[in-house]
Amino acid sequence: MRALAWHGKHDVRVDTVDDPEILNPRDCIIKVTSTAICGSDLHLYDDYIPTMKAGDILGHEFMGEVVEVGAGSTLKKGQRVVVPFTISCGSCYHCGKHQYSACDNGNPADNQDIGQELYGQPMSGLFGYSHLTGGYAGGQAEYVRVPFSDVGPIVIPDGIEDEKVLFLSDILPTGWQAAENADIEPGDTVAVWGCGPVGLFAIQSAFLMGAERVIAIDHFPRRLELAKTFGAETINFEETKTYEALMQMTGGIGPDAVIDAVGLEAHGFFVDNVIDQIKASTFLGTDRIHSIRQAIVACRKGGRVSMPAVYGGIVDKFPLGAFMEKGLTLKTGQTHVQHYLPGLLAAIIEGKIDTTFLISHRLDLEEAPQGYKMFHDDQNEVTKVVLKPGFGARSGDVV
Amino acid sequence: MTDDAPSATAKHTSPDQDLTMQSVTIGRPADELFAYFRDFSNLSSFMDNVERIDVIDEHRSHWVVKAPAGKTVEWDATVTAEEPGRSISWQSEDGADVPNSGRVTFTDAGARGTVVSATIAYDPPAGIVGKVIAKLFQREPAIQARRDLRRFKQLMETGEIATSSRTQTQLQEERA
Repeated sequence: MRALAWHGKHDVRVDTVDDPEILNPRDCIIKVTSTAICGSDLHLYDDYIPTMKAGDILGHEFMGEVVEVGAGSTLKKGQRVVVPFTISCGSCYHCGKHQYSACDNGNPADNQDIGQELYGQPMSGLFGYSHLTGGYAGGQAEYVRVPFSDVGPIVIPDGIEDEKVLFLSDILPTGWQAAENADIEPGDTVAVWGCGPVGLFAIQSAFLMGAERVIAIDHFPRRLELAKTFGAETINFEETKTYEALMQMTGGIGPDAVIDAVGLEAHGFFVDNVIDQIKASTFLGTDRIHSIRQAIVACRKGGRVSMPAVYGGIVDKFPLGAFMEKGLTLKTGQTHVQHYLPGLLAAIIEGKIDTTFLISHRLDLEEAPQGYKMFHDDQNEVTKVVLKPGFGARSGDVV
Repeated sequence: MTDDAPSATAKHTSPDQDLTMQSVTIGRPADELFAYFRDFSNLSSFMDNVERIDVIDEHRSHWVVKAPAGKTVEWDATVTAEEPGRSISWQSEDGADVPNSGRVTFTDAGARGTVVSATIAYDPPAGIVGKVIAKLFQREPAIQARRDLRRFKQLMETGEIATSSRTQTQLQEERA
């Protein structure tokens, strides 16, 4: 099959590799119909995530048709499914509590060592996201082996096109969980750093959960425009002093809840951030954390901090004093995708949530390397790249 | 010791013997876990470096353990103590290349299932003869035990052992 493989910093290629096979009873094999490049894939592209190996197949946002099932799978050949990016067993203590991304068993035993050493306890496996999270081959490929297929994939009813449901795999539930983690109360003002897909979905979700105002912070005009279409007020941090603006816009109180949807590649040339960049480039630290630092300082006293953004390592200059003195609460974590799927699929079918506005580019899987480069180089115009195996042939657009 | 922590977690351990203790909580009843473990022929399904264990009789078993360069080391072991559903201890018999002993306890943990703790003591061989074998066993026995217990948990809780291999060929290489 053809698959998008990582070979190093800014070097991804579509390679021909062996097709996946059923290896465990609960496995199934999916023929991918749509897969997306995630903002967090850019962390891999930029070589910010350790434990990558040349040839690793990327992609954790994908859906497709079931073409093969193991004896323990509950799926049937021919069903269309969206696959959560978290690989969770459904049987352990954490899955029992719907903390799917903390699954004890989804990550192979040997790979769990890295998480155990880095974080104290290992997390679940993830598709296409380094060997820290299992070394599983991802979904930017023609076929994918999906473990625990009786627990993860959600069956999509006929008549609902891929693009309406594809983002159930990661970014929609991640945006939803981000808003849920902000414990929004009716009348709240919520500030969201980062208007990428997760930030935009968090904005939509925050309004659905009763927020009165959402203030969106970014520097890409196109993304701020999208935020505005959902009713958010905007701050362009290249033109505006963010903290001062937030204080003025909230009558000197600060936002009731703040959401950091930026993460470890935070932009912005502020002194502390430049120091982070120097450290990152000299391997002294992997996380550049300006956005979470600013969010904590801006958040009102006794407010809530939600951090869906991906961080991987150890940071210094974290405003622990502001966090403690103001009595803030922080909720974070990889998304417990499986927990949100039924509710969010229903919301899509009922027309309460639409995610298709996000897609700016559709490419053939063969064009995936260009897709990465475009997404990396122009995050203003390129809001989401969806890859479709065979798309070029079908659309007559010769690749 | 002046605290309540297991002795295997002490900062200073006896220099003449390496001791490792690992614990895992498995969401299954102690009796079920004990029954699976007590049949030593099952252990190779989750103990990565055990090629096979032949059960000789109720108390004795023959262990075939992988060594570097495709070789194996073998020994006989005897169950030295046993409390059904609670614990089992074994020891290698005289003449083993790598004298070793183990004890596994199964402690009821209520709604969370059972805490399985393994304490493995081994005595690496001295001199040149045992060097290759020693290398194998000195390869972080604590990490080996921890991985084996995780696989035991995966097998008991999910019915399978997680792998990120994509093909049968890769899986065979991984488990070789």
